[in-house]
Amino acid sequence: MTDTAYNFAYLDEQTKRMIRRAILKGLAIPGYQVPFASREMPMPYGWGTGGVQVSAATLTPDDRLKVIDQGADDTTNAVSIRKFFERTAGVATTEATAEATVIQTRHRIPEVPLTEGQILVYQVPIPEPLRFLEPRETETRKMHALEEYGLMHVKLYEDIARHGQIATAYAYPVKVEGRYVMDPSPIPKFDNPKMSDCGAIQLFGAGREQRIYALPPWTQVVSLDFEDFPFEASKADAACDLCGAENSYLDEVITDDAGGRIFVCSDTDYCRSRREAGFVGAQGEEQVA
Amino acid sequence: MYVAVKGGERAIDNAHAWLGEARRGDRDVPELTVDQIREQMALAVNRVMAEGSLYDPDLAALAIKQARGDLIEAIFLVRAYRTTLPRFGGTAPVETDRMAVIRRISATFKDAPGGQVLGPTFDYTHRMLDFTLAAEGEAPVAPRTDAMAAEVPHITGFLNREGLIEQEAPSDAVPPDLTREPLELPAERALRLQALARGDEGFILGMAYSTQRGYARNHAFVGELRIGTVAVEMEVPELGFVIEIGEVELTECETVNQFRGSKTEPPQFTRGYGLVFGQTERKAISMALVDRALRWEELGEDNSGAPAQDAEFVLYHSDNIQATGFLEHIKLPHYVDFQAELELVRRLRREADGGGEVA
Repeated sequence: MTDTAYNFAYLDEQTKRMIRRAILKGLAIPGYQVPFASREMPMPYGWGTGGVQVSAATLTPDDRLKVIDQGADDTTNAVSIRKFFERTAGVATTEATAEATVIQTRHRIPEVPLTEGQILVYQVPIPEPLRFLEPRETETRKMHALEEYGLMHVKLYEDIARHGQIATAYAYPVKVEGRYVMDPSPIPKFDNPKMSDCGAIQLFGAGREQRIYALPPWTQVVSLDFEDFPFEASKADAACDLCGAENSYLDEVITDDAGGRIFVCSDTDYCRSRREAGFVGAQGEEQVA
Repeated sequence: MYVAVKGGERAIDNAHAWLGEARRGDRDVPELTVDQIREQMALAVNRVMAEGSLYDPDLAALAIKQARGDLIEAIFLVRAYRTTLPRFGGTAPVETDRMAVIRRISATFKDAPGGQVLGPTFDYTHRMLDFTLAAEGEAPVAPRTDAMAAEVPHITGFLNREGLIEQEAPSDAVPPDLTREPLELPAERALRLQALARGDEGFILGMAYSTQRGYARNHAFVGELRIGTVAVEMEVPELGFVIEIGEVELTECETVNQFRGSKTEPPQFTRGYGLVFGQTERKAISMALVDRALRWEELGEDNSGAPAQDAEFVLYHSDNIQATGFLEHIKLPHYVDFQAELELVRRLRREADGGGEVA
């Protein structure tokens, strides 16, 4: 079967309509997990099928798509998903955050602030922020309905009692517009503040778990904390060795077998554009414009 | 000067090319045809059709070839294809009473109308490697007899007449479809049976086995196991009547389970039910046992806390395509989360050390 045998962006129009309804419901109730009849996609569950279905239902032929995984455009699964939409939707793609109209991401929010007119699609493995406190879906749905989030606060408190701080480094829970506690997907907590008052539409797709949730533009998103233990967006205490950025999230790269390591921006597009603008880190090399 | 890793795209293309070469194996050995797989690996084909929820032996055989014999991968290929197919409508329920059986056994009665028919079974083979197969000798030709009666009544029907087994209330309700609606709990029996029918054979087997070993024991007799083909009929709106559109091979298992009665039900035999595409009797029997275990609530039994009684546990973990995808996704890059954890552990160690730097 040739690629042209499939509909635009792979999914048939009925399925897209079903997904769009779930997205609209999610936008109307920010942070609420909307069940949807997730389809089997031609890539495995757990590899971004939720995000892919949301992107497929969102893309129009005029869109410009960017796909990142761990902040990078050239990680294998990002390459694979971008290729999938190039084949099935024929849309233009880009690595530049500012040029993209739809960005599908796994585990990061780009460093450059997103703007109105952009859509950020998150791949979500476990959409339920209460899942590891209560494994039963029947229970957690009730807890959300009753706004019964005491268990989560007890967990955070126990962290502080045991470790002197909240020992959650990624997938750090947030509260949306003072109502739903939401899983931000496994982004580092460094990225959490970017979700709040963001100009872009943020959509979250969990294929295997059959859930979609959403944040409309300019939604208030607060990371859970206590007055005396305020939330802190942390990152490695270093600057990017390639571009010198001090405020971007860093990957640690092992460079030899004697404990040598350097730090580089996890957002590859951000790092590249900074180097092109003449910024140089400790291990970087000046770019020829 | 450090240069970040690039070239994911080329690596993927090359990996796929290597996969294609590895799939073919030694080119001095003739290539398998899809027809050969369909005819000679029929039980693998059956499993792929059953768990892929698509009755098409040719596509299942193709999927097995493409997946290099990895059946879960083959099931995945079939599922991903199936979901793109348009849906024309629903068929009438198949009548397993009118099944053309190739195998039909009962463990509860020595003989019954329709007789015991062993069919093509491994049951009484001695599991010794048959080296004549390696020598590629001609297959023996089985002796033949006259075709069996067109209709073989269900064994449980005899118990039904005496009122010894629970009655199934007939229903014309359209069963739910978990491939079109998200799974929501509590799940009614029809939905549970659909999930079990496409669930992983190994998982369902393990769950069924656990009930036999005492985790929600409900001592099951195989009232009847039958394998054969049934007609698939559909009412075509343009015609206004029912026509036969094809036939499928099915395995059906009805268990008869001891039941001493509860607050709501008198002592009687109860049922477990399994129905699976193709000759897949291990799966059908397992399905019947798990079905029966999941019925504890409607029969007024105690919840012993056994995994096989827990519908949420069973239904959320029986699908091997969901399970394998999520399990294997941990191979994907997690640099970002790991980095966050690394920083956290370093900080916690620093603080545990009384503020000193940890190397």
